[in-house]
Amino acid sequence: MTPGNGHGLTLGEKILARASGEAVVVPGQIVEGKVDLAMMHEQGAQSVLPFHQMGADRVWDPDRVVIAIDHWVPASTEGAAVLHRTLRKFAAEVNLPHFYDVGRHGICHQILAEDGWVVPGDLAVGTDSHTNMLGAMGAFATGIGPTEMAAVLALGHLWLKVPSSIAIRVKGRFGPGVTAKDLVLRILGEVRTTGAAYRAVEYGGPTIDRLSMPERFTICNMTTEMGAKTGIVPPDATTTEYLARTAKHPAHPMRADPDARYERTVEIDVEGMPPMVACPYSPDNVRPLPEVAREHVRIDQAFLGSCTNARIEDLREGAALMKGQKVAAGVRFLVSPASTKIYEQCLREGIIDTFTEAGAVFTNSSCSACFGGNMGILAPEEACASSSNRNFPGRMGAKAARIYLMSPAAVVASAIRGEVADPRGLA
Amino acid sequence: MQEIIEGRVWTLGRDVDTDQIISGKYLTIIDPDELKKHVFEIALPEFATEARPGDLLVAGENFGSGSSREHAPQAMRAIGVGAVIADSFARIFFRNAINLGIPAIEARGVREIFSTGDTARIDLPRGRVTNLRSGASVGFPPLPKHLLGLLEAGGLVEKVRHELDERRAAAGAVR
Repeated sequence: MTPGNGHGLTLGEKILARASGEAVVVPGQIVEGKVDLAMMHEQGAQSVLPFHQMGADRVWDPDRVVIAIDHWVPASTEGAAVLHRTLRKFAAEVNLPHFYDVGRHGICHQILAEDGWVVPGDLAVGTDSHTNMLGAMGAFATGIGPTEMAAVLALGHLWLKVPSSIAIRVKGRFGPGVTAKDLVLRILGEVRTTGAAYRAVEYGGPTIDRLSMPERFTICNMTTEMGAKTGIVPPDATTTEYLARTAKHPAHPMRADPDARYERTVEIDVEGMPPMVACPYSPDNVRPLPEVAREHVRIDQAFLGSCTNARIEDLREGAALMKGQKVAAGVRFLVSPASTKIYEQCLREGIIDTFTEAGAVFTNSSCSACFGGNMGILAPEEACASSSNRNFPGRMGAKAARIYLMSPAAVVASAIRGEVADPRGLA
Repeated sequence: MQEIIEGRVWTLGRDVDTDQIISGKYLTIIDPDELKKHVFEIALPEFATEARPGDLLVAGENFGSGSSREHAPQAMRAIGVGAVIADSFARIFFRNAINLGIPAIEARGVREIFSTGDTARIDLPRGRVTNLRSGASVGFPPLPKHLLGLLEAGGLVEKVRHELDERRAAAGAVR
């Protein structure tokens, strides 16, 4: 039924209406939203001081808070060790039981996904910009800073400006060698890095409906690169099945009203779409991969990892291409699974052997090379083929280093060829 | 909070992301005085040594895009940046700045009318930023009341402290 504002609500508006206890919310309105799940990684260590400065002494609901350290695991610098210790002490002091410490660690967003911490209808916040990834659960998930997180820990709510919504409708079937990563890069090429600024992106259409949860995670993850506040996939049977054994709290699945109002609708047809690549120095500098491959762009490093694309499906696909092949001379190939659970699966399935026999470095689960602060740092003028989400200047080390963003399959193809390569050429 | 802010301007381009403001390798630094030595190392290297308290930043589109790192506005606050004015902001940076009590002003066309070294005058209630050297000015929609309230309180820490104090007082009164 159409509520009092004369038209229906988008999915994002519905979730924020529920979170703020309002019947209707309209874009531009500032609401106080009740938080269903709050997640902190290392940056949460910076929430501790403001939490105390606020005069808070208890966390609003310890069962709604997850701490998952991931950027420097195990601690690779003294500074990181101090951040970890700060979080451990804080968790003990205010009684936060859901701490994914070294040994059961993983990239924070992957932990939230695989352990069912975010469910349909949730308002979820995290101290990382890629918290948007959890929108794949049919939730409103967004990144906040640590001072704001301190307020959430103390109060259980935060102010949010209701964003206007952009609908992205996708049709068509992926050709061989084309993946959800290529789709989200294609979308970025059209929407650009500011095209969805402050907006909620709502995905839909037959192609999105057919995507698995891991594929939906990849797409929602890079909604962040569009400047969006969140990216949501409407929950369906795929979502329900994924969460069947893991959901940590009751879901409130919602769908947009048929007469919901979108600021704009972007139509994408993936029929005949080639693999895509985002060239330096912006995730929206997107070109067809075959075109870039023809330019023989030499690489020094390949990276299969990050919250965007290091799930078991990505690593299986990569290992299938890697089998019996070698990493090109002069290329360092880093493979970093998104969680310890995925690491263990790789161990059982022989995936680690496949990569190490090929000459790759298979690392412990962490954000790894993605953010240029831990390992896999690039020297000036070096180039990297990466399955991660950002290629800004200085992202992976030197300002003058170049990062090419692509699918896991394309990263493996590039590692084998020693240059940016089309995975379809390997088959 | 001051209603009129005046200061010396430093200009930046468009799409200055948080990696260019504070590189990933400094993210384990918590001390703001240590952080400020590395602010804008990639985008504007001379800023860290030459900026003075009260200086203003004028940037193009999409300022502060990228990660959620609060180190970026923390470092600016440590330097004493009086306000950041941009054609547009990325959302997390905008929230972080306001939450730390730094006025973040979105004024379309502002980048065009300033060069480094100019003096800017920001009239917060009227919604206008003026280049005092050239006389050029652009308008902006004044910040919503909720956000002005946050700036007036001195940032989110002060505001929440007040809210918790009130709650305790109310609970005490009931008892």
